[in-house]
Amino acid sequence: MKENRNTVRALLLPALVAAIFIVVWTVVWRAGVFHRSAFPSPLAVVRGFGVEIATGRLLSDSVTSLFRVTCGFLLAVALGIPAGVWMGQKLSARLAFLPMTNFFRNLSPLAWMPFAILWFGVGDAAAMFLIFLSVFFPVVLATMAAVGTIPLVYFHVAQNYGLRRFEKLTRVTLPAIMPQVITTLRVTAGVAWLVDVAAEMIAGRDGLGFAVMDARNGLRTDLLVVEMIVIGIIGVLIDRLLVQLTNVPSVRWGYER
Amino acid sequence: MTGCLELTDVSVFFDEVEVIRELSLGILQGEFVAVVGPSGCGKTTLLNLVAGFERPSLGSVECHGQVRMVYQEDGLFPWATVTENIALGLRHIGDRRERKRQIGDLLRLIRIEGFEHHYPRQLSGGMRQLVELARALAGGSDVLLMDEPFSALDYLTRLRMRNELARLLSEMPRTAVLVTHDIEEAAQLADRIVVLTQRPARIRHEFTISTPRPREPTNPEVVDAVRRILAELNVESGAGQH
Repeated sequence: MKENRNTVRALLLPALVAAIFIVVWTVVWRAGVFHRSAFPSPLAVVRGFGVEIATGRLLSDSVTSLFRVTCGFLLAVALGIPAGVWMGQKLSARLAFLPMTNFFRNLSPLAWMPFAILWFGVGDAAAMFLIFLSVFFPVVLATMAAVGTIPLVYFHVAQNYGLRRFEKLTRVTLPAIMPQVITTLRVTAGVAWLVDVAAEMIAGRDGLGFAVMDARNGLRTDLLVVEMIVIGIIGVLIDRLLVQLTNVPSVRWGYER
Repeated sequence: MTGCLELTDVSVFFDEVEVIRELSLGILQGEFVAVVGPSGCGKTTLLNLVAGFERPSLGSVECHGQVRMVYQEDGLFPWATVTENIALGLRHIGDRRERKRQIGDLLRLIRIEGFEHHYPRQLSGGMRQLVELARALAGGSDVLLMDEPFSALDYLTRLRMRNELARLLSEMPRTAVLVTHDIEEAAQLADRIVVLTQRPARIRHEFTISTPRPREPTNPEVVDAVRRILAELNVESGAGQH
């Protein structure tokens, strides 16, 4: 009973906030606080959605952006986790690479934009490169830190039960760091999405970021808001997708202490 | 002989700190020895030597047979179910059905059938320690090392766990070494109690208890042993039991 009430509240309260937001938006639009050409009405945005869906552009731009984010993100994760494990386990690797990793982590991926265009041209590869940079270094650092916090007792158990080196990696190290790694993936996936949109705005020929700039150049503020709404929704959906990983029974322990 | 332990003139230094000094201790097959002593005197280091996690700086450690360790808490892998944790002790058994059968037997032995697919966090502290004991007993291990296995439990659960341990060892006899702060626990479970000195650890005294297990805490020999060990530690620390 109480659970049902909470579910209803969880649906109703955000809907109420959204409704208030739309009312305020309408009031501001009607009051003419901003020039009509610079501030679309909610209705115009709804019509804009219809246009963008009908032309198929919204879908194709969304797919393009998601493709870039997925490729860049997965490549960064696939390389970042092994690199982080290696640096977490080997002191010499940590000493050698940590300063450089920290340096690149603090360098905005967008600063690489000129080189990304020069090296890869305008298109998928340049955006993926920037997404890769925005994810790879944080994943390396977070994985390395997670490896460093694995309780020694687990390695004693592994040794005690005769686990070989590769088994220690697959049966102790990786499961032990997974909760922290998943948290990092959630954070970095959000960053990757922001970077992708920014990259497409500056140097794109397609994708949602480019659509934002295209709408701006065409003074179509209604379409601009449409793209913004879609970008926000996809960002939330990416996070909701990754949060499912925290429900996997073998990692749940990391979120319940 | 399988299951025997022999520490001969063992000394251990961590950097400049001498943790154990010329300690010799022999443990026979099937014997249950408890090690007590002041906090930080090197009891856990002694177990780590036998388990092979540490090497002696001087002297030798001989251990015949398969050694398994039970920890104070969190020795179970939290990402693995009860079955998966116990299966760790049965890795050498290739036949999957045989492994499953043995896991079933162990679960019945520790009386937690129905929790096979639970994770450690879903079990009580006492159940977790039982699973850890089952894992350590699995697969015909020879020596059971226990590092304060019940110290994180409440008093009543500790009392119950002592009886459970005595029962498990009567059904699956092992050479056992128990490190504990709880002198009553040592006297209730062990055949022999080794009292260590302050660091660097040496053997201060040994007590033997002949009453067969299971023993009640009120058993006269247990009560007498507790009194004598306390007296021994009082002489040393001047402040009673730690």
